[in-house]
Amino acid sequence: MSDTKPQPHPTEITQPYWDGAAAGKLMLQRCTQCGTIRHYPQLLCTNCYSDGVEWVEASGRGTVQSWTIAHHAFHPAFKGELPYTLLTVDLEEGPRAMGRLDGDPAGLRLGLPVRIGFGADSLPRFTLAE
Amino acid sequence: MSLNGKGAITGIGETAYMRASPKTAFALQIEASLAAIADAGLDPKDIDGIIPIGITGAPAEAFVTNFGIPDLRFSTLTPMGGASGIAAVQCALAAISAGLCKHVLIPAGRNVSSGARAGVRIHQMPQFHLVTEFELPQGAVAPAQLYAPMARRHMELYGTTSRQFGEVAVSTRAHALLNGNAVMTKPITLEDHQTSRMIADPFRLLDCSLESDGGAAFVVSSVEHARHMRQPVVEVLGIAEGHPDQPSSITQRGDLTRLGMAKAAPIAFRMAGVSHADIDVAEIYDCFTYIVLCQLEDMGFCKKGEGGPFVEDGKLRLGGALPTNTHGGLLSQAHMLGMNHVVELVRQLRGQGGRAQVQDAEIGLCTGYGDLGDGAIAIMRRN
Repeated sequence: MSDTKPQPHPTEITQPYWDGAAAGKLMLQRCTQCGTIRHYPQLLCTNCYSDGVEWVEASGRGTVQSWTIAHHAFHPAFKGELPYTLLTVDLEEGPRAMGRLDGDPAGLRLGLPVRIGFGADSLPRFTLAE
Repeated sequence: MSLNGKGAITGIGETAYMRASPKTAFALQIEASLAAIADAGLDPKDIDGIIPIGITGAPAEAFVTNFGIPDLRFSTLTPMGGASGIAAVQCALAAISAGLCKHVLIPAGRNVSSGARAGVRIHQMPQFHLVTEFELPQGAVAPAQLYAPMARRHMELYGTTSRQFGEVAVSTRAHALLNGNAVMTKPITLEDHQTSRMIADPFRLLDCSLESDGGAAFVVSSVEHARHMRQPVVEVLGIAEGHPDQPSSITQRGDLTRLGMAKAAPIAFRMAGVSHADIDVAEIYDCFTYIVLCQLEDMGFCKKGEGGPFVEDGKLRLGGALPTNTHGGLLSQAHMLGMNHVVELVRQLRGQGGRAQVQDAEIGLCTGYGDLGDGAIAIMRRN
């Protein structure tokens, strides 16, 4: 396995998300027919089956749904970053996001408020909200 | 019409399980197939249905070619990871009861020591492309890391403890020691579990299943045929598959603690016409200790959140109320995609369980769990 980190390979459907991430914004799909917000990006609105989409910027606020702390690298590219925390976050808009926690995981508990940001690599980073 | 009593597992076969086999996955698959067909008292040319396990494995045509099967009448795929084997039994029963074919071979073979290891396998599957795009680049690489948040949430919500996970590891290992074909051969204690190194918190090394090479296969036939075949009849009473909400990524699943099994189990129990108290032995897919506990809840052996207390008093041990994974499971026998769970259940119900035999086992169940939460369950009875 190569030591290079696996990179996201955007598709036509997901590209606007990654464009937003590169600009530091969390962009989510909103259905133009019924207004339902969805993530990860997908073709159809599960609520009304429309494929009409507009992209909206999320508030960046969310709460902790769960987490794991990686102590073993299953890919050599992540070895130097151990241990790292992967947070599963309930976004204020409804869907979830996964991203690294910046900071100490010791005080983590369900429901803690977090804020999302993006690193230079366009990947989400969470910090515990004050 | 239901699949109750429509078919039986008439042949079972396994290769030796090991960490690194010199044989190819296909050679192992063929070896297990020949063993299962012989166990059934059939000739390979009698096979007229094939459901190969493993979407990157050998297709049905490879078996037709090698066995010289003159008239294959049915083949399909059930790509549900570790739930594939039992999902394939369901397909086989449907095909047999519809008169499409008589004897369906369900074979698996793996050589992960030379092929795709746990860290990359999921990312080769098209159904998980969102995980590969959104989670893999952040270091969510392997199943341990993807499943750990389910276990963590269960612990936070219900007070489930790592020591309760440990009981699953310890009882499963004790059973493996009774099996002449288990990769792990040394006993472990709860303290060994608690001091094993952390892999993906809360999963320690001894919460994680093995990566193994080998093959396992079984033959499904109608009950009418089974009565005239070589082995005691083990018929399927109830069977179902269930897919989790949001099967494409665990992250987006409404309830992280609920698997596809929660949908499948009520259907299988209703079809079987048996209650939980009737189950003498259980072979429960155990890619991680927590997944056993979660399935016990999803199957209704206890309420959601009570899996920890349910297992901690030794119920899963031989002699306990629900002897579970009597072969050593994926945790300690071998990771054979849950195919070994089906094989072991049939063995138990035939009374061929050797030193791990559950006395007078008449009704039992086996489960499968697929990659991100698919579930499959079969309830069987010695006829």
